[in-house]
Amino acid sequence: MTDIRSFEAPKEAGFGDFVQLLKPRVMSLVVFTAMVGLLVAPVHLHPVVAFTAILFIALGAGASGALNMWWDADIDAIMRRTKGRPVPAGLVQPGEALAIGLALSGISVVMLALATNILAGALLAFTIFFYAVVYSMWLKRSTPQNIVIGGAAGAFPPMIGWVAATGSISVEAGLMFMLIFMWTPPHFWALALFMNEDYSKAGVPMLTVTHGKRVTRNHVLGYTLALIPFAIALGFTSIGGPVYLAVSVLLNAEFLRGAYRIWKRDEAMAEADKYKVEKSVFRFSLLYLFLHFGALLVEAVLHGNGMGGW
Amino acid sequence: MAFPKPEHEIHSRRFSRNLGVGLALLSFVALVFALTVVKVTEGDVGHANDAPGILGSTQPIAPEEPAPAPVAPAVNP
Repeated sequence: MTDIRSFEAPKEAGFGDFVQLLKPRVMSLVVFTAMVGLLVAPVHLHPVVAFTAILFIALGAGASGALNMWWDADIDAIMRRTKGRPVPAGLVQPGEALAIGLALSGISVVMLALATNILAGALLAFTIFFYAVVYSMWLKRSTPQNIVIGGAAGAFPPMIGWVAATGSISVEAGLMFMLIFMWTPPHFWALALFMNEDYSKAGVPMLTVTHGKRVTRNHVLGYTLALIPFAIALGFTSIGGPVYLAVSVLLNAEFLRGAYRIWKRDEAMAEADKYKVEKSVFRFSLLYLFLHFGALLVEAVLHGNGMGGW
Repeated sequence: MAFPKPEHEIHSRRFSRNLGVGLALLSFVALVFALTVVKVTEGDVGHANDAPGILGSTQPIAPEEPAPAPVAPAVNP
C-alpha cells in the first residue's frame, strides 16, 4: 500500500513577524517625537531613565499597533497595502496578536510610570486605549472623520516625553501635540487620494470614499491652513527660537504650496500624471514633521550652549 | 546507523523566535537592574516629579526637628 500525502508545512512565525506586529515604522516616528519631547523639556533626566522612558513609550505604541492588527485583520486582508501583515498572512494567530498587545500595554505603562511618574504612565495608557479602542474599534469603520480624531493617538508621544521629564503638561507640550494632530489629516488624505481603491474595497469610510476626492482636496487645503498657526506658534514658546521659526516658515510655505496644488487639480489631471503631486505632497509631509521636530532639537542644543531661544 | 535530521524552515523560524524572546527578556532584566541602580544612587525611591501628597511621592514621615543642643558636662569644683 502506498501512502502518498501532500504536506503543506504549517506556517509558523519567526521573531521578525512578531516585531512586524508592533508596526516598527510607526514606532520609529514615535521614538523620534517622544525623544524630542523629552530632550527639549527644561528638566533633564538621567540617561538610563530617559532611555527607559523612550523605550516604553515606543513599546506602548507597538502594543497598540498589535491590538490594531488583531482587530483589523479582516480589512487588512482585503487591502493591498496591508495584506502582507503577519495576521492576515497567517503567520501570527489573532489570539496571539491580542495577547501580545495586552501584555506589552501593561508592561509599558507600568514601567514608564515606575521609571518616571504616574502622569506619564497614565497618558501612555490613555494613548493605547485611544488608538486601539476609540480609533480602531469605534471610529475607523464608522466615520470619515476617523483620521482627524484618531490622529490624537499619534500626537501624544512628544507630550508623554515632556511629561516624563517634567511631571506636568504645559503650553509647549500642548503645541507639540497640536502640531502632529493637525498634520495627520492632510498627511493621510494625501495618501488616501492615490490609495482610494484599497479603502473602498475594504469598506473603510475614508473621506475619499464617502464624500469623493473633490471634498478631500478641499479638506487637505483647509487642514493645512489650520495647521500653520500651531506650527508657527511653537516657535515663540520657551522651546522655540529663530532657527525653529525660520525652518517652520519655510516648511509651512512649501506644505501650503503643495496643498494648494492638490486643491487646484481635478481627477482627470491627477490620473493623467498618476497622482504625481499627491504622492510628492505625501512624501514631503513626512519630511515636514521630521524637520519641525529636528529644529526643536537643534534649538535645545543651542539653548544648552547659551545660544538660540528668544 | 544514524540518519541525518532534516532541517526544516519551521525549525529555523522557531529558533529565531526563541532566541529573540530570550534576548528580549535578558535585556529587560538588565534594564530593570540599571534603572534600580540609578534610582537608588540618585536617592529617588519614589517619583521625583510627582506632586506632594500623590501616591508614590517621597515625603518625610515626620517633619525634621533640629537636633538638641549638647548638654554641657557638669564641672566638679
